[in-house]
Amino acid sequence: MTSAISINDLRKTYANGHEALKGINLEVQARDFFALLGPNGAGKSTIIGIISTLVRQSSGTVSVFGRNVATHVYETKLDFGVVPQEVNFSPFEKVADIVMTQAGYYGLPRALASERTEKYLRKLGLWEKRDNRSRMLSGGMKRRLMIARALVHEPRLLILDEPTAGVDIELRRSMWEFLQEINQSGTTIILTTHYLEEAENLCRNIAIIDEGRIIENTSMKSLLGKLDSQTLVFDVQDELQPEMFAGIGLARSRLIDPHSFEVDIGRDDDVNHVFRHLETKNVTVKGVRNKTNRLEQLFLSRLKSA
Amino acid sequence: MSGSHKYIAFETILIKEIRRFARIWVQTLVPPAITIGLYFLIFGNLIGTRIGEMGGYAYMDFIVPGLIMMAVIQNSYANVVASFFSQKFQRSIEELLVSPVPNYIILAGFIAGGVVRGLAVGAIVTVMSFIFTDFSIHNVPVTVGVVLMTATVFSLAGFVNALFANSFDDISIIPTFVLTPLIYLGGVFYSVELLPEAGRIVSSFNPIFYMVNTFRYGILGTSDVNIMWAIVMLTAFVVALFVACILLLRKGTGLRH
Repeated sequence: MTSAISINDLRKTYANGHEALKGINLEVQARDFFALLGPNGAGKSTIIGIISTLVRQSSGTVSVFGRNVATHVYETKLDFGVVPQEVNFSPFEKVADIVMTQAGYYGLPRALASERTEKYLRKLGLWEKRDNRSRMLSGGMKRRLMIARALVHEPRLLILDEPTAGVDIELRRSMWEFLQEINQSGTTIILTTHYLEEAENLCRNIAIIDEGRIIENTSMKSLLGKLDSQTLVFDVQDELQPEMFAGIGLARSRLIDPHSFEVDIGRDDDVNHVFRHLETKNVTVKGVRNKTNRLEQLFLSRLKSA
Repeated sequence: MSGSHKYIAFETILIKEIRRFARIWVQTLVPPAITIGLYFLIFGNLIGTRIGEMGGYAYMDFIVPGLIMMAVIQNSYANVVASFFSQKFQRSIEELLVSPVPNYIILAGFIAGGVVRGLAVGAIVTVMSFIFTDFSIHNVPVTVGVVLMTATVFSLAGFVNALFANSFDDISIIPTFVLTPLIYLGGVFYSVELLPEAGRIVSSFNPIFYMVNTFRYGILGTSDVNIMWAIVMLTAFVVALFVACILLLRKGTGLRH
């Protein structure tokens, strides 16, 4: 399979002496939905900056679809679109003009630029705002505008640096659907996010970076498979008595309130056992949920061990 | 990028630049017109009638080319330095830097924007000057050539300033402490013949002195400088500044970390 991104021994030391990247090696396959996670200051934005040529690497190589970004600058730039972490368009320009201008930078003729602008503004729910100055948009709309702008030249690779930061949950979910749709149509997506639920839901592969080094690089499935235990919260219809859930028999179970309790489930434990026990006690289960996001648990444990 | 794609990119930057200064016309087109209008009224009309002739022409006629050139210089410089630095400040320049537009197209787009604004303000001032005096153009190629080259030189200079600037203070230092004194001492209001020998020697190191006098030659047919030498010098400035800007862009000065 073709690599969308291939990074070899990438290092970056800024002018102030800060060593942001300490030898990064990373492969992202074409058509992948890839999560790049790490705490603040880990080096995620530096990697994105180097791919997009806004940051110069100290050493190492970065290739996009087989072409070195340092030596094939103009060709590689046609292949990707970037949605930066911070809003970076002029607040005084109209929404449609921002997207049209970006299309012009990629050499799209006016008619095609106009068609694509309408297509992506409609898809991202901004068409009605096309004549508004961008400063009049809400935070979520500004994020969507940056996605429309990054897609107007229909790149093969879309890099999203925390695209849903500050976006409400409803809008975030609609953005997830949109991103899944464009990924399914063949666009490779690299996502950095602080919402681990977002990475878990969207991404097939993942790398965790900390202090300029990759500390985990695997598939989401195998990473989540490394989770030794998870805590499930059971919400029940009737008021619970301690004896009703005490006999569950698993490692640990605790009453949270009269209508819910939590159970630590090990990797080899059988969750059906809990349901069978509750059935014998005539307890009706209304819902089951993870106490914390599974990826979040893993993420924190990997950072701690690193 | 193919040639047609590059042309579209250039046109996009230019249109964006024109749209920017046209949107804020009250800040970009009106103030220079008022300022230069006041120069015409006070120095040209009220004081000028008492001065009499300068360089063989009525004082008003003598200062018209210099004032037009002053408007062109200030506005071409101001357009590029303000626009490029604002885009750096807002980080909207990143839109352009992550795109496949070559550096020389980026530079050409911003410079063309500065030249258009310089010429637009120059045209406004020229029209205003007809309220106070009447003149015809003595040498059209020299007039058009020198005004275009001057606008280009100061657009390029504004671009260099914007690349190095880290704050809004940095983009006002050069216009205030360098550009304005050079313009005022560049023969806009007087002929170099009025200066003592030392003053003439100092003036000969002021590039604006050559630009103003070449433009004055184009309009009136009189000049304190050798026209060919002035054109060669202007061309050298354009080439040197263009090369400097390209090298700075390639190095990523003020733009890439």
